[in-house]
Amino acid sequence: MGLFDKLKAGLTKTRDALTKNLDQLVFGKRELNPALYDELEDLMISADMGPQFTFDLIEDVKQRVKRKELSDASQIKKVLQERMIAILRKMETPLFINKNEAFVIMAVGVNGSGKTTTIGKLAHMLRRDGHEVLLVAADTFRAAAIEQLEVWGTRVCAPVIKQKMNADPAAVVFDAVGKIKAGFNGVVIVDTAGRLHTRTNLMEELKKVKRVIGKELPGAPHEILLVLDATTGQNAVIQAKMFQEEIGATGIVLTKLDGTSKGGVVVRIAGELGLPVRFIGVGEGLEDLRPFDSGDFTAALLD
Amino acid sequence: MFESLSEKLEGIFKKLKGRGVLNEESVNAALREIRMALLEADVNFKVVKDFIEDVRGRAVGKEVLESITPGQQVVKIVHDRLVELMGSTSAAIKFGPRIPAPIMLVGLQGCGKTTTAAKLARLISADKRVYLVSADVYRPAAMEQLAVLGRQVKAGVFEAGSCKDPVKICVDAVEQARREGYEVILIDTAGRLHIDEELMDELRRIREKVNPAEILYVADAMTGQDAVNVGAKFNELIGIDGVIMTKMDGDARGGAALSLRSVVGKPIKFVGVGEKIDALEVFHPERMAGRILGMGDILSLVEKAQATIDEKTAKQMQESLRKSDFTLEDFRKQLGQIKKMGPLKDMIGMIPGMGKIKALKDMEPDDGELVKIAAMIDSMTKKERNNYLIIDGRRRKRIALGSGTTVQDVNRMLKNYIELRKMMKKINSKGGMKALMRNFPF
Repeated sequence: MGLFDKLKAGLTKTRDALTKNLDQLVFGKRELNPALYDELEDLMISADMGPQFTFDLIEDVKQRVKRKELSDASQIKKVLQERMIAILRKMETPLFINKNEAFVIMAVGVNGSGKTTTIGKLAHMLRRDGHEVLLVAADTFRAAAIEQLEVWGTRVCAPVIKQKMNADPAAVVFDAVGKIKAGFNGVVIVDTAGRLHTRTNLMEELKKVKRVIGKELPGAPHEILLVLDATTGQNAVIQAKMFQEEIGATGIVLTKLDGTSKGGVVVRIAGELGLPVRFIGVGEGLEDLRPFDSGDFTAALLD
Repeated sequence: MFESLSEKLEGIFKKLKGRGVLNEESVNAALREIRMALLEADVNFKVVKDFIEDVRGRAVGKEVLESITPGQQVVKIVHDRLVELMGSTSAAIKFGPRIPAPIMLVGLQGCGKTTTAAKLARLISADKRVYLVSADVYRPAAMEQLAVLGRQVKAGVFEAGSCKDPVKICVDAVEQARREGYEVILIDTAGRLHIDEELMDELRRIREKVNPAEILYVADAMTGQDAVNVGAKFNELIGIDGVIMTKMDGDARGGAALSLRSVVGKPIKFVGVGEKIDALEVFHPERMAGRILGMGDILSLVEKAQATIDEKTAKQMQESLRKSDFTLEDFRKQLGQIKKMGPLKDMIGMIPGMGKIKALKDMEPDDGELVKIAAMIDSMTKKERNNYLIIDGRRRKRIALGSGTTVQDVNRMLKNYIELRKMMKKINSKGGMKALMRNFPF
């Protein structure tokens, strides 16, 4: 299965939810009447695109009708797709990592968003591309988080830096930075404890981890990946904003995209925050982490 | 954008309250805002539709137009309908006659099943012996996680050894629990990224073999529109008896709770409200609705206070209040009590009307501030603590130095203390409480 097919398969449900209904609208060749706008609105909202974005788009369509650019329902899909691509293009910045140069990635996110699993998949991808990888178990809070990362380490043949549970995450990170100073020049991926973005003291702890890395190794962390669960509703926008403002997240990994029929909140995050989506998780397999491609994404979404 | 639903609705109703009569137009305007707020809160769009139509039907009518305070009337209609949607009573777990009573937890990956299992075990173990078993043979270290948490809550945990068959693990665990005399066995099952046949089949087989007294569906409060679809599917394929909403301590507005209850029709039994192992509470639809509408969650606050403030200290406090010599020493003790009740921010959310005070949001109540104040008081001599009047400039300098703060900090703290002292005196004077309450905005 090619990449496009895989992505498409992963997003089937989204596409189904959105386009099946859209096609019904389209092939019915219906006039653009108020009821049609309502249906369109429901469709987009049920895809988690958020009420405001949805209303804006519908307003856009209405304006076009007024200007006589649109007279036929079949053109709605085109408008929708155009708008989405326009917004998503901005988010399409792949993560570029030089070989033989230390590169520190910090993974952050709320509880249960899939940080550890994403790190495992990312490590696998990097190893496959010939990078040296070092995993850092800085989630010392959740029970057995360290063990979970170790399992991944064994799977992808990457060493894991760890301390005991409840150890200071900053201390664990300090050890890892030591490895870089001692000559390790691959990719260091730091797993952090999941925290709700509203817990100020825990966000402070994350800042400290980041500070320790930066102090010991100027310029690092080079990438702070915010792991976002695609099943999350509009709160994803707030989460992304908080992690961007407080921790300085530089990219997003959107996980569990196959797990839901939606995922539309990305479009809103793209529009409002301009954070690039580096990867998307489209399955449970080791290979199921993909670079984000707005063309593929919209195509798979709207077909 | 980041205003809470409560604030939004309050804003709308303020507009409504300002008018003499409620006409259809103004109700429609309010309902449009409510609709936006609910959608933004991730309430399922179909649920929102029904809700809006329902409220419109009740609001635009004689009942409202003829009442004296139409604004209040709408607030009440919205509130009552919210309560109705979320279930008009709270529902306890039914353990049934069998011992051990098996309780099964199901849900998607990352919704917090394992943590919830441990929290639930702690809650139940107040009067029952609880055994835990993890049927998650897939996620790396899932079983270790439950074992660690099990030890924390002092519940028995089944050791699956090298067995990789979830059904067999559960059957064996129930047998083991029976042998060891446990009264309840909590079964933590594997999550999936989405509903697939394989998982459902596995869960069905566990259900058939174990015949749980209750199957509880664990749902993440942050879930979007899809929440109802997944919940409904679980209910259809496995059959659920109730819902546990997790991650309610975040700022997700938890619209999923509303939708799940009204679409799936099963009661929400518990809510997870924090990372700590005791952060699981019984779900109260009344409180939740009140909270959504910005009427505060005063009941929870009172309960929390009752549970944490120990009686002896409270009595002493009352005593010194009566004597109306609220010293810095008393102030210090009170701070200690407040700290025990948990993060300030959580508490402020529970106080009615606090949502209204915008400024509070910016000056994020800082728990660190409490520590600072405590440090300052700790740096005082006993004499100073009993008589704040003697604290002059030199003493203030010394206190600041001793507590690692600045003289400005000390000044501010003393000013606050004196204000508080005045307030306390007022409370003590006859009818003082009433007079005091008048000064509050709520």
